[in-house]
Amino acid sequence: MSSYNNTARFSEARRVAIFGGTHGNEMSGVTLVNLWTKNGTEIQRKGVEAVPFITNPKAVEKCTRYVDTDLNRAFTPENLSAPGGNDLPYEVLRAQEINRIFGPKGSPEAYDVIFDLHNTTSNMGCTLILESSKDHFNLQMMNYIKKAMAPASCLVLMNEHPLLKYSTSRSVAKHPVGLEVGPQPQGVLRSNIFEAMRVILKHALDFIELFNEGVEFPPCTVEVFRVLEWIDYPRDANGNIIAMVHPNLQDCDWEPLNPGDPMFHTFDGKTIHYQGSGTVYPTFINEAAYYEKQQAFITTRRETLVASAIIKA
Amino acid sequence: MEVDQVVPLPRLPRVAVCGGTHGNELSGVYLVRELLKLQREVMKKEQEEDSKPALVLLVLSNPRAMQQCRRYVDTDLNRCFTHATLNGPLSDMAPYEIIRSRELNALLGPKGSPEAVDLVCDLHNTTANMGLCFIGYSDCDWICLHIFRHLQREMPDTPMRFLHFDVSNKESYSLDSLGKHGFAMEIGPQPHGVVRSNIYTAMKVGVQHMLDWIRLFNSGNVFEGGFVDVFTMVKHIDYPRDSETRNITAAIHPCLQDRDFCLLHPEDPLFQTFSGETVRYKGTEPLYPFFINECAYYEKGIALSLARKRCITIPAIRVKGGSLGVFRDVRDMRL
Repeated sequence: MSSYNNTARFSEARRVAIFGGTHGNEMSGVTLVNLWTKNGTEIQRKGVEAVPFITNPKAVEKCTRYVDTDLNRAFTPENLSAPGGNDLPYEVLRAQEINRIFGPKGSPEAYDVIFDLHNTTSNMGCTLILESSKDHFNLQMMNYIKKAMAPASCLVLMNEHPLLKYSTSRSVAKHPVGLEVGPQPQGVLRSNIFEAMRVILKHALDFIELFNEGVEFPPCTVEVFRVLEWIDYPRDANGNIIAMVHPNLQDCDWEPLNPGDPMFHTFDGKTIHYQGSGTVYPTFINEAAYYEKQQAFITTRRETLVASAIIKA
Repeated sequence: MEVDQVVPLPRLPRVAVCGGTHGNELSGVYLVRELLKLQREVMKKEQEEDSKPALVLLVLSNPRAMQQCRRYVDTDLNRCFTHATLNGPLSDMAPYEIIRSRELNALLGPKGSPEAVDLVCDLHNTTANMGLCFIGYSDCDWICLHIFRHLQREMPDTPMRFLHFDVSNKESYSLDSLGKHGFAMEIGPQPHGVVRSNIYTAMKVGVQHMLDWIRLFNSGNVFEGGFVDVFTMVKHIDYPRDSETRNITAAIHPCLQDRDFCLLHPEDPLFQTFSGETVRYKGTEPLYPFFINECAYYEKGIALSLARKRCITIPAIRVKGGSLGVFRDVRDMRL
């Protein structure tokens, strides 16, 4: 069905990294990477060099999200080229080190694929995070993973927003893939969440192995949720939060939120309603780490992306 | 003891409600902040009316940990209230929480003295699926047991248990031990650093019912005796760990996860190793698990705790000396 002209060619995806502990208290990734560092049999695939790597060891040791600054926002061009050596925040130094090992970001030497393992306190289930709608390799991989996981759900969140996009640790690679599995409290390891992440990675590595063997993946469509905006908690004049996520919205990630639906519940019992102009699909609802980033949840809209056929060059 | 014999107990004129003892357990943090706001409004009115100050002390126990949204800064505040820690020598380099524990002892205690507040209710959250739990050192503190029973009756849809840690007064270590009576109100499941509105509401309603009970008690109400199930802690079980690194090598088994207070029998699954094997409970006695997969307990070497359940008889009680006036500030504290 695909013609030569419409098939996108990508070089072999040989160098693959699996990042855990980008946030030191998101335990599935920390545990999986430690496991695979000790015994990497499970992640071995023909034609693939899969490297498990703890990106933020100091934060992992303290079981905290970060030490000085959020590593998963630290890979900006300014940070990556900043002089100053040991005066720099710990995570900026780490970002420079990771860029040296797995990058440089944007260059031909950069790793082919990086999987960055995260957990969330939000009820997001299994989520893959895509940074570009034009990355057909990633789209095909995500399509493969979704089909392999079915009937279990695995949704795709796409953050291509020019202002809300951020410089992730995985962005060092040619094909960055975020894995976000929840709900799981920070610092806690839940067996079902751990196993779910393990299964996603298994399918992802299977895909890469097949691709490297020369399998052509025909054109496909992928349903994604495109990030629209972040919504903060209502606050008073001093910046203190004065309301919580409403019980009707709590845990309802990916379900439609319509104008007029309850959104927040003030501490003294009043309901604040969603005032948007149309239906949106909220996610990252009540993520612990986002209180300090002024984000109660994000809104998305559903979109279908088309991925061209892909084959190894 | 006859169940219908009424036991007279001293009045409870001073009560403390504490939040933020662990800075990332947010229901208590936000609830005490809200109560402080309400109290300021009530006190403003009382000043205008030239009436007595409120007798409910509202305390944010660990402000520095709260500011950083962490459990603690140097050391767990809720282990700093032993007599030894409160009264031992204090160096300049003492951990923040030790300094703070002494400030709290001056405010709410001194522990063991007649000046101590009559009741301390310390608000906590847990990542474990425990519902609402009272945690106390005594299984015969009739005040605490009656408050618990009152909440059970007023909040029938909220799963509620009374947890007893059999620790002597000499060894008691938590904030609630500063008062003549005290207990922790522990509500879960809630991730640390998050406030879930259903959990917050349960805590708010629970505290309100507690204050209502105290008002009724101080007014001379007779509370009839009855029966309360009490869970007494027997032992803790740690995760299987790597002998070298001490890292955990298994997670709570999916069959046990979230099943706090569901009876655990010998040979029931406890853990699932990362290579897929099941580790089973090897005790000989069926016990009730709780604090299953509490985040803060990984570093304390506790994967879950186990309790024995007993049915306790509580006597009827009333305030000693009859009613000595209405506890008006509690009425004004209606939320």
